[in-house]
Amino acid sequence: MSEVLHELLEQITGFIYPNEVEIHWSLLIVVYPYITGLVAGAFILASLVKVFNVKDLQPTYRLALLTALAFLLVAPLPLLLHLGRPELFYEILLTPNVTSAMAMFGFVYAWYLMGVLLLEVWFEYRRDLIVMAGRERGLMRWIHRALSLFSTDTSEAALAFDRKAIRAITIIGIPSAFLLHGYVGFIFGSVKANPWWSSVLMPIVFLMSAIVSGIALVIFLYMMLAAIRKEPVDMRCLDTITSYLFYAVIVDFSLEALDFIHRLYESEESVKILGKLITHKLFMSLFVLQILIGMFIPLGILVVAKWRRLNEDGRKLLYFTAVILIQLGIFSTRWNVVIGGQLFSKSFRGLMAYKLEVMGIEGFLSAMALLALPFVILAVLIRVLPTKRLADEASGAAPS
Amino acid sequence: MNKRDFLKGLILFFPAGGMLGALAGMLEAKEAAPAQTGTAGAAPKPGPKAYDPKSHYYGMGIEIDKCIGCNRCVEACKAENDVLQEPFFFRTWIERYVIKKDGNVVVESISVKSKAPKEASQDDADVLRTFFVPKLCNHCVHPPCVQVCPVGATFSTEDGVVLIDSKRCIGCRYCIQACPYGARYLDPRTKTADKCSFCYHRVRQGLLPACVEVCPTQARIFGDLKSKASRLVRFARLNKIHVLKPSLNTEPKVYYAQLDGEVR
Repeated sequence: MSEVLHELLEQITGFIYPNEVEIHWSLLIVVYPYITGLVAGAFILASLVKVFNVKDLQPTYRLALLTALAFLLVAPLPLLLHLGRPELFYEILLTPNVTSAMAMFGFVYAWYLMGVLLLEVWFEYRRDLIVMAGRERGLMRWIHRALSLFSTDTSEAALAFDRKAIRAITIIGIPSAFLLHGYVGFIFGSVKANPWWSSVLMPIVFLMSAIVSGIALVIFLYMMLAAIRKEPVDMRCLDTITSYLFYAVIVDFSLEALDFIHRLYESEESVKILGKLITHKLFMSLFVLQILIGMFIPLGILVVAKWRRLNEDGRKLLYFTAVILIQLGIFSTRWNVVIGGQLFSKSFRGLMAYKLEVMGIEGFLSAMALLALPFVILAVLIRVLPTKRLADEASGAAPS
Repeated sequence: MNKRDFLKGLILFFPAGGMLGALAGMLEAKEAAPAQTGTAGAAPKPGPKAYDPKSHYYGMGIEIDKCIGCNRCVEACKAENDVLQEPFFFRTWIERYVIKKDGNVVVESISVKSKAPKEASQDDADVLRTFFVPKLCNHCVHPPCVQVCPVGATFSTEDGVVLIDSKRCIGCRYCIQACPYGARYLDPRTKTADKCSFCYHRVRQGLLPACVEVCPTQARIFGDLKSKASRLVRFARLNKIHVLKPSLNTEPKVYYAQLDGEVR
């Protein structure tokens, strides 16, 4: 620890306050908004089907729901691991300070998990769980029965109620998803001491980038799943969903550009040091990764894919490339916000350095593990909860 | 006046001077914790019951022109409060500003002994003005650190001091991010946030904070804003004062006299 700080001390340029050598929010806090963004984005994509009746997206509806759930389950882990005293985390729930944006995390999270996502998943799967439990034996039968909370009613009236409930939950769920991720943006946007963070646009930029990353992730998973199962991809669905992605990236880019131009034009006290920050410290991650590779190139790819009338395989290849690049770009966005905001001194006179550890709780490997974990959870979820609605009186085995 | 009267006068004068000095000493003690002294003439009765936080509101004055950058306050603070000696943890520190004729400003924390080569010795002809600025927690009236702490581990006391309950702190470091003055650090031993406490343990006993106590030039003035006899109130009356980053509306209670516009 101390050796690292001594090393960082030698890399300081200009003047910083002496307590600022240590970078306090590290890679795990980059992972946290990235993951919650994926949750919010995937959920909003799922909502398009139920609230706005975008029928083309039906094939991805359940996958999007399960993706949101898998990532939501992992979302608090990076926060927990990052705490200096993780064993005291319950204090944040028992004695929350009502003026603290961070103290609201437990409540926003609990609401979103219990009040929205689990409920919607349950109503969506209730009938299928009953049907599957009826066909199966042994352990899986009991798992499915337990997951359906031992309900057995598959009458038309009950199913109609399920549909109504899902619609109601989704309508509440959209603002909740906005709240979940907008709130994460607020944690940063409300820090007036930090001009890189302090912006009223921050929650909205977070939200738009969340939608971008969530949609891109669901496309990625949908294509991967189809490839693994050797099933055809529903091209109508894919074309529609990538159109949404295209517009979301444009809105996201416009908001970020607005933020940038606004800062440059107002040219406040901090403008010089922020200028140095983006040219000296964030050039690679901001200009190259986030803007060029994460936005411009994918936008170009999507334009080519849509308007050059390519065949299916060509479009699929381009879409797949674009969503991976977008994912990289959004991760860089989170990096630039979280790490970037800590690389300049609040004296506005100097720049700090960040050294990415490989090992250790806050290191690269543990961040990778946290990013991989939702995929493992998702694989389990998909095994238990089919991503396609079971056909009525179907005879075949449930797709897994 | 003949020689005899003069000698008589001398005999009276020196003890009287001594008395005055003693009185002044009492006044200083009263300013740190007036509730501890009883009515005039009665001996002070220290004790936990005697201290009433409601009747105090502490702040600090710093007279920049008096600071000679000796760093004794920093050392005293580290010793008094068991602050780690490594150069990443400071409850208070001294910055040196050198403002050159071409407008360049060179700032350095003289409390950090860096291995990096020191700036070449200043050519006096290039220097426009130069001064030291002691920094510490500003014990703001509207502290952003207190606002953001998720568990209420950092809080404002009634007598105007911002403290941290290290048993409750969960080490999320949001307060460190929220402090505009870089006054906070994470103590690696406890993994909890830490910062200047105005030496609350001393102040409550009627003593001065360690940094104020050792300052050889009295550049630091500690006092009670609720006491009219306070040296701090006198300091604020006699000087034009300024605070750090007033636009953030944190309302710091560390008041600087002769603060330069270059200081942030």
